[in-house]
Amino acid sequence: MEIFLQQVVSGLATGGIYGSVALALVMIYQATDVVNFAQGEMAMFSTYLAWSMLNAGVPYWAAFFATLAVAFVCGVVIERVVIRPVENAPVLTIVIVCIGLLVILNSVAGWIYSYIQKPFPSPFPEKPITIGNVFFGAHDLGALGVTLLVLLFLYVFFRYTTLGLAMRAAAQNPVSSRLCGIRVGWMLALGWGLAALVGAVAGLMIAPIVFLDPTMMSGILIYAFASATLGGFTSPGGAVLGGLLVGVIENLVGTYVKFIGTELKLTVALAMILVVLLVRPSGLFGRVAVHRV
Amino acid sequence: MVRTAGEIRFDAQQIAGRPTEDIVRLGIAHVPEGRGTFTQLTVEENLRLGAYARRDTGALARDFARIYDYFPVLGERRRQIAGSLSGGEQQMLAVARALMLRPRLLLLDEPSLGLAPLVVREIFRIVRAINREERVSVLLVEQNVATALDLADHAYLLETGRVVVSGPSAELRRDDAIRRSYLGY
Repeated sequence: MEIFLQQVVSGLATGGIYGSVALALVMIYQATDVVNFAQGEMAMFSTYLAWSMLNAGVPYWAAFFATLAVAFVCGVVIERVVIRPVENAPVLTIVIVCIGLLVILNSVAGWIYSYIQKPFPSPFPEKPITIGNVFFGAHDLGALGVTLLVLLFLYVFFRYTTLGLAMRAAAQNPVSSRLCGIRVGWMLALGWGLAALVGAVAGLMIAPIVFLDPTMMSGILIYAFASATLGGFTSPGGAVLGGLLVGVIENLVGTYVKFIGTELKLTVALAMILVVLLVRPSGLFGRVAVHRV
Repeated sequence: MVRTAGEIRFDAQQIAGRPTEDIVRLGIAHVPEGRGTFTQLTVEENLRLGAYARRDTGALARDFARIYDYFPVLGERRRQIAGSLSGGEQQMLAVARALMLRPRLLLLDEPSLGLAPLVVREIFRIVRAINREERVSVLLVEQNVATALDLADHAYLLETGRVVVSGPSAELRRDDAIRRSYLGY
């Protein structure tokens, strides 16, 4: 029973991280119909940035928020400079641009920081937290808390602020948005900025678990795809829930199904993508648009 | 629409070729053909977006009340998703959203398209009230000639893109040729 609870909590912690990356993917997908394959590498690069700051002696939380700010600005700049020129190009073109971005970010990170794995600090104490007679990793609980805070922030932003509303409007109906005076291009750029910020949080929270290296997000991105597919690419809340589910399932299957262990965990994610696409292509919470005309 | 010649001026300013978002900020609200409501957002959110380009956000609460006065059905359904409204209600929402801008000029593109006659009459009644009471200029494009002439002070008759007749609506209505070809009596 203790092992079960521990595995569920640590599954929720990594699941929350998959869920945030999935959310970043869904945000961009909803606004532009494009899956940003570079999302993971953008997060990885942000994490290296934080590592540089920490190495220079900046306190953790200062580095944390500075990284988020830089990631946001970089997200906006990438949209304006790299994506904007191909905005009206066929989807395949934009996908290729995203993959190009992935390769470039990956290589530049390797070139600057080398491909050697680096330990990355957690802001949370090393001592596990004991509830009853079950031990929970402090980082697991902390990461889960941070992820939930970010999600709450996004929810409030999109639900209750005028800017958030304008961003949702721009994603749904660009023509009508312009007629309302919304600068649609900037809304898309802001979306990229926010997605980059969420990705950066995910990078910072996962790095203490998987260690920092230029390919650290490639596996996470596949889990994020599994989460977004499971929850539905049209549902931000679904993507997050999908993430939590994927995290927990991954952990439980790895613990209780002997032949899978840690080596075949990633295969579980891929199998989940396949099953969801075969059985319920819109995902658990994906919306089938309802129109009355 | 592509402008091939001439110029478009609003309040002595050239507006041809300017971005839509900037034209909106001059106080021109456009209700496009086919309504263009945000079908996945609530009625209230649609209206909030209508006021997006405004600076004087302090007066918003009063404007919501005013809009719900004109369109009571929108008030009843303010929390509903716009896509779940009937065609007529969506058209009302489109007009209401345009009014939230507190426009100086309201452009209506075929508001009667695909709607039942009773609904069309209701919408035109409201547009007239807005024109008279709120002093908002209205530029209406409409194939339903009789209804349009009832509403308008001044009318232009276009045939294949050219103005063939223009003048006060009352005069056009009395014109025998127009009456026979367009009004059908």
